[in-house]
Amino acid sequence: MIIEHPLLGPRDSSEFTYMGDAKLIDRPDPEAETAARDFYEYGYLRDNPAGWHDELWFHEQGDRSWLVVTRNTLTHEISKVELARDVARARGRSK
Amino acid sequence: MRYSGLQVIKQALTGHKGWKPAWRDPEPKPNYDIIIIGGGGHGLATAYYLAKEFGQKRIAVLEKGWIGGGNVGRNTTIIRSNYLLDGNEPFYEFSLKLWEGLEQDFNYNAMISQRGILNLIHSDAQRDAFIRRGNAMLLNGADAEMLTTEQIKARYPYLNTEDARFPIKGGLAQHRGGTVRHDAVAWGYARGADKLGVDIIQNCEVTGFRQENGRCVGVETSRGYIGAGKIGCAVAGSSSRLMSKVDMRLPMESHVLQAFVSEGLKPVMPGVVTFGAGHFYCSQSDKGGLVFGGDLDGYNSYAQRGNLPVVEDVCEGGMAIFPAFGRARLLRMWGGIMDMSMDGSPIIDRTPIDGLYFNGGWCYGGFKATPASGFCFAHLLARDEPHPTATAYRFNRFETGHMIDEKGMGNQPNLH
Repeated sequence: MIIEHPLLGPRDSSEFTYMGDAKLIDRPDPEAETAARDFYEYGYLRDNPAGWHDELWFHEQGDRSWLVVTRNTLTHEISKVELARDVARARGRSK
Repeated sequence: MRYSGLQVIKQALTGHKGWKPAWRDPEPKPNYDIIIIGGGGHGLATAYYLAKEFGQKRIAVLEKGWIGGGNVGRNTTIIRSNYLLDGNEPFYEFSLKLWEGLEQDFNYNAMISQRGILNLIHSDAQRDAFIRRGNAMLLNGADAEMLTTEQIKARYPYLNTEDARFPIKGGLAQHRGGTVRHDAVAWGYARGADKLGVDIIQNCEVTGFRQENGRCVGVETSRGYIGAGKIGCAVAGSSSRLMSKVDMRLPMESHVLQAFVSEGLKPVMPGVVTFGAGHFYCSQSDKGGLVFGGDLDGYNSYAQRGNLPVVEDVCEGGMAIFPAFGRARLLRMWGGIMDMSMDGSPIIDRTPIDGLYFNGGWCYGGFKATPASGFCFAHLLARDEPHPTATAYRFNRFETGHMIDEKGMGNQPNLH
């Protein structure tokens, strides 16, 4: 698979480390009443869809940036690649 | 018809005209006592043991394609029980014991060959770890033996024990481990179950579950609605897809694991060998092909095919330990979809929905587990309590902190 890195252009997927569902960006609130349950779900449960999947890839053998890659788990086709920091900021995380 | 040597001779003398199909192709009935979703090794074994050991009647196995077309036909055929942890080892040893009597039990030649499995040791730390593992195996009634380099040399004279990068310091052997003709496992269980009255319904995809008052009462399928008293899901690889129909999120990701077979060679590998310094393991099929595999591709996939970086990685591992095999040509490779769970261990448990039971999360240990998985799942379905060897395989272990993490990798499924 070739991942179109937003900064570096097309890079081979073997340069990356895979982290899983991009929902991991949305860490639960540790102060919430339901924190224990929330962190269990955050840590252990996954949607694991057959089809389009937003996922985190770490460019370990490259510029060490985290990417959110939208990829089809049935075909391995990639439709969108964004910097994870942009995605997180768009959701109001870490100014 | 009971298969036997005498039957083969009799049929040979009569032109092989007397052989019958090994199982029926029945139409689905409106309802069953128990429905098993998934006509793979685990699902068929579950149905077989439900009928044979637990006296259940009116059982159906629903398969969306053809039986044995999933992971039971897409593995490297190895059986073993060399696990470390208490939650796992009794279960896998139970499985190995079932393998040992399986062919007589279901009257089918599954070509079970206890040719032994050898885990190579390349460092002192690894020796310590394997001694511990071997002791855990012995404590649970399995067999284990630490071999010296001389003993390994006697069996595998072409292994370079003095290699500068990966010297072989010894090995952990389980002589009762070995290989099985994988497709025959599905066929044998299917035939055995069918003989006991189980309806095996192929080309019947489950598209939804029907619930009444919090209880699962049946399944919607591509061949119409079928009611059931109890429903068991055994669709490892597609577990998340199936359980999403009842809005259950599972502690797993689906990953593709590739395996490979070389052209046929004369006998060169007497048993199964695993490389201890990289992820590579190899055996030789009875047809002569070297059967080998290694790591997952590492990303979520339902594609049943992998990509080239892992092909290269596996072959590098192979070349590091068996340089001679580089002269053999690769004949075939394939990918299977694994339920990679959050701790690398499976789940055989009730779901929060009454009447709905789950078996999955086999990671890449599913094939060797087939008989015990079927037996324990049948036990759970028939008696509503887990089999003594499968009490740890619960859904809630991630919430309560009772993970069974053989590799100590944490909740990162692609590392198990």
